[in-house]
Amino acid sequence: MGFTDADWSAIGLTIKLASVVTLLLLLIGTPIAWWLARTRSAWKGPIGAIVALPLVLPPTVLGFYLLLVMGPEGPIGQLTQWLGIGLLPFTFWGLVVASLFYSLPFVVQPIQNAFEAIGDRPFEVAATLRANAWGQFFTVAIPLAKPGFITASILGFAHTVGEFGVVLMIGGNIPEETRVISVQIYDHVESLEYTQAHWLAGGMVVFSFVVLLALYTFNRNRSSSASNGSSMRFGG
Amino acid sequence: MLSKTSIDVRFNLKRSGFSLNVDVSIPGQGVTVIFGHSGSGKTSLLRCIAGLEKSPQGYLSVHGAVWQEGKRVIPTHKRPLGYVFQEASLFDHLTAQGNLNYAIKRSSDTVTSNEVEHIISLLGLSKVLDRFPSQLSGGERQRVAIARALLVKPKLLLMDEPLASLDVARKQEILPYLESLKQALNIPIIYVSHSPDEVARLADHIVALDQGNVVANGPMNEILSDLNFPLRLGEDTGVVLEGDVVERDTQWHLMRVQFGADKGTLNPVNSSLWVRDSGCALDKPVRVRILARDVSLALEHHENTSILNVLPGSVVEIASDVDDGMDLVKIDVGSTIILARISKRSVTHLELVANKQVWVQIKSAALVQ
Repeated sequence: MGFTDADWSAIGLTIKLASVVTLLLLLIGTPIAWWLARTRSAWKGPIGAIVALPLVLPPTVLGFYLLLVMGPEGPIGQLTQWLGIGLLPFTFWGLVVASLFYSLPFVVQPIQNAFEAIGDRPFEVAATLRANAWGQFFTVAIPLAKPGFITASILGFAHTVGEFGVVLMIGGNIPEETRVISVQIYDHVESLEYTQAHWLAGGMVVFSFVVLLALYTFNRNRSSSASNGSSMRFGG
Repeated sequence: MLSKTSIDVRFNLKRSGFSLNVDVSIPGQGVTVIFGHSGSGKTSLLRCIAGLEKSPQGYLSVHGAVWQEGKRVIPTHKRPLGYVFQEASLFDHLTAQGNLNYAIKRSSDTVTSNEVEHIISLLGLSKVLDRFPSQLSGGERQRVAIARALLVKPKLLLMDEPLASLDVARKQEILPYLESLKQALNIPIIYVSHSPDEVARLADHIVALDQGNVVANGPMNEILSDLNFPLRLGEDTGVVLEGDVVERDTQWHLMRVQFGADKGTLNPVNSSLWVRDSGCALDKPVRVRILARDVSLALEHHENTSILNVLPGSVVEIASDVDDGMDLVKIDVGSTIILARISKRSVTHLELVANKQVWVQIKSAALVQ
């Protein structure tokens, strides 16, 4: 026994989806995290809450509204039709867009925390060393926030792999297009193919465990090496 | 008035429970120490000068270049300054060399490899360049930070208590570097400190701050010998004399330091001090710090005394010390001013008044540079 062709296709599709979403989220999430970490604007609260919404909303709620917005009558739907792309729901790219929203907090929050942990001092130092805002961002913020980026990538990827509700609402169940692992498992169970379901579900358990183990090991090594090093570098 | 030779500073800053009101002109050369107790606004003032703190109604010109005039502000990264923070604040992700390169890359002028080597050797860093900040001692980190600030080739160096976060041994490790820096560099340094010892060693000019206001501003000698200096220093009250090593007594391990403005015409006995031989070269400019508590006064000259330095002088002024039992006496010894801290009883007993002739007995005089 093992994976069927349909299983393999679902696995491939899932990895492709999670990779694309993680990459895009790093690009989109970094400026949002930077803004949230550095701003003193009154909008910090509301924007932060919106970014965090997918943490608490049922995926079906998110999927429902995304379906409306991207549908033929919705603003994004109108836009994509006007651009000649057609409609996004029930396509791979529709799934990508939905996943961007769904996994956004898992990428933004670790990066935001890492940016906040840097504090003001390194940026002041960089300014006295003639670095402008861009220079400060690329030579100070990004390298010092590297652990945050690694955590964000792992969480963003893993969370996208695990989504189900949003996929069903937006993507449906189209082989090679939107049928990811979680949907495939659902199909197996529906058709009482428990052995097949076990292979995929067990695989997911192992995958999730390995990812989290890697993440925790990484974080633990980092904090112990940080405490071994001498203190008070950016303190005070 | 735009002055090409001075640094004109005017800032008003309001924070909750604190305000800074500064309007001073300081010399565009040498070391100006911004002196004051903690919470007096020293660091805020320095941050205003660097542009790190926003003061909407501020004015700042350095050597005739206007850095801020109200809302027209040159941002920090465009100001030709170097800044040394209280904590070294090195970039943790870069080695010592990487930290220095960060500055070299962004310097306003090209930094030649000779200049880099000069600064690295000035601060004694050649052995630690490939280490990360976490592998450096506190003193080494601060030296890297100073070298880094110098490598952007600043026209003004700002130092915010660079020794405050270090223990005594580390302080003694860095102070000589700062002193040689002062002599090797041709740029003005504004140095924030609350330590009378650092003032004695480094200051040419003093701006004293108290609760956000300037309470004294002038040359180091004048300020330290001012009996009405508002920041009472208690045990640390004393003067600093600048002179040259003119003679060495190898038998007794002593050096004679001559001070006073017009050395040629002065009687050398009245204008020089014997201090312990520190091994420094003849004719080298040095500083001698004489604490008021180490100076006693007598009406007659005693030959049989262990005190090496006894100078004739006349009383200028007497004022009460912070200590109820003590007075501060300002004495003119012909070439300079010396302060003595003696008991009120002695002042009465010796009938000290202005213009009275006295013998100034200096129990200890420390070479600070």
